[in-house]
Amino acid sequence: MQSSKTVQDAVEAKLATPVIARGQTYVSVTRKISEIVLAKDTPRGWFVGFTLAFALLMGLMVGAAWLLLKGVGIWGVTIPIGWGLAIVNFVWWIGIGHAGTLISAILLLFRQEWRTSINRFAEAMTLFAVAAAGMFPLLHLGRAWFAYWLMPYPNTMGLWPQFRSPLVWDVFAISTYGLVSLLFWFVGLIPDLATMRDRATHKAVKVIYGLLAMGWRGSAMHWHRYQKTYLLLAALSTPLVVSVHSIVSLDFATGVIPGWHSTMFPPYFVSGAIFSGFAMVLTLIIPLRKFYNLEGLITSRHLNNMAKIMLVTGSIVVYSYMMEMFFAWYSGNEFEQFAIFNRFVGPYAPLYWALMFCNAVVPQLLWFNRFRANEMVLWIVALVVNVGMWLERFTIVVTSLSRDFLPSSWDVYTPTAWDWIIFAGTIGLFLSMLFIFIRLVPAISMFEVRELVAEKEGRLTHH
Amino acid sequence: MAQLYGLLAEFEQPKPLQEAARRAYEAGYRKMDAYSPFPIEGLAETLGNKSSKLPFLVFLGGVAGGVGGFGLQYLGMVVFYPYVAGGKPLNSWPAFIPITFETTVLLASLTAVIAMIALNGLPQPYHPVFNAPNFASASQDRFFLCLEALDPKFNPAETRQFLEGLQPLTVTEVEHWSDETLERAPAAAS
Repeated sequence: MQSSKTVQDAVEAKLATPVIARGQTYVSVTRKISEIVLAKDTPRGWFVGFTLAFALLMGLMVGAAWLLLKGVGIWGVTIPIGWGLAIVNFVWWIGIGHAGTLISAILLLFRQEWRTSINRFAEAMTLFAVAAAGMFPLLHLGRAWFAYWLMPYPNTMGLWPQFRSPLVWDVFAISTYGLVSLLFWFVGLIPDLATMRDRATHKAVKVIYGLLAMGWRGSAMHWHRYQKTYLLLAALSTPLVVSVHSIVSLDFATGVIPGWHSTMFPPYFVSGAIFSGFAMVLTLIIPLRKFYNLEGLITSRHLNNMAKIMLVTGSIVVYSYMMEMFFAWYSGNEFEQFAIFNRFVGPYAPLYWALMFCNAVVPQLLWFNRFRANEMVLWIVALVVNVGMWLERFTIVVTSLSRDFLPSSWDVYTPTAWDWIIFAGTIGLFLSMLFIFIRLVPAISMFEVRELVAEKEGRLTHH
Repeated sequence: MAQLYGLLAEFEQPKPLQEAARRAYEAGYRKMDAYSPFPIEGLAETLGNKSSKLPFLVFLGGVAGGVGGFGLQYLGMVVFYPYVAGGKPLNSWPAFIPITFETTVLLASLTAVIAMIALNGLPQPYHPVFNAPNFASASQDRFFLCLEALDPKFNPAETRQFLEGLQPLTVTEVEHWSDETLERAPAAAS
């Protein structure tokens, strides 16, 4: 009895860790974060990880080259399943990006100070996830070199894109999202690039960071405009991030396919996106903080809070699954009812039940303090959710398309090796960029952590 | 030849800097600036700076994005390429809203970032304060107040005395290499 009490106390103490370990100073946090980048020797583990990621990326190069040469026929796509893995992966990657914007923009507006030491990393993750996502619509075009036809531009054919189509909305949503995320990330980096310029000892390194910092000197008026800009970008990104996955969901919802044609899709997709995004942040940040000993900056409190957000968004997702079933039954529409029945027992039923296990059952562990305080359990839950969210998109895209109205037009889709090579390749692209990012740019926002130190130590006069 | 740009007082924490800025303003100094490794709420106002017009520019950018985005779709779908899809009217404005929203956000964000950089006068590779030997710590762990020589109230001896009265860690002279000096420099070297 006594021992279980102390275990409980230890768990509670761990979850209540402050967002920044005690005893940190401006110098200590600056040194800790900048040295990951400025260290002369690259850790061996970095090379191992980067090599693996880069090998996968080379697979993408080969896969994309072969695809451009032969056409989309090398994939398993067929009629009626014209979307296949390409669209599954696209939706999965875009969703992952959403956690970055949520952390950097929405949590900033809500003044959640725990976002400070994870926002830079999460924003980088957003950028790289959008880059990986962007591959798929382009490659899926078949003739990727005509991608610019999606943009309205004066052309000799006198043609215009169909602005009433959600697929064209997607072009605008994704490109705006990518660009605004890049701006947000770069603006956040400027003061830290100045710190890197001032700390670098090698002449060339100094010049490169100096050019990127644009002569930032931390003047009071500069900071004033800077903070205005940062807040405005956060306020603009907040509805933007909601719009992006809503528009992605409209690609489906405006279609008449049973299982797609639902008004519930935008909020269902947005919460799924945040769910999968937080799972990916946890998947990456738990090993990262261990590898670089960043436990003083990314504490158990951060992991605990992220796990709670996963629990909330995961519950919304599960609620959406139940509503999907309810609507199908209540609509009295036999095609809608069949679409759900087909998920339960059709050719893709094992994937559907695996999805339910991953997204509905496993995350229930997060209700318990004990599991949220345990990095290993959290990491495994996050990994499982990543898989689950991928399976969810597979179920939505493939299961719905494979059996729509007429049994004569049904078919079964099996991904080919090229489907998998290209999917693995985008994981390689994503991870390679993350490895390069960690080595070249401070992965935690130094100036915001310094601000946090000042606040914690009561070093500021408040007006 | 180097000219005196100003006097730079160094502080260990933001509080003394905030206090120093307030006292300098009260003493009648106007041409001055503070430098810190993270933003300090209200410091720009303490130094007598007016609020920035940046938010208004961002608003204009957003309006331009919204009107431009909708106009683009209207011109394309109603004027240049009228084409009935799904039995909708040519000006099927609800279907134009998502893109209008995206272009609004895009132009507002671009305006915010470009205006911030431009109003701050960046990129600016050279600034006299970088000549101060300890200024590299302004981006790390030190807080600075610079009273500039162009201020009518500036007097090298009196201003130094005033700054030292604020109990800084150090007070250093900041030199300014004028354009003239820079132009003459290569000639002197040859």
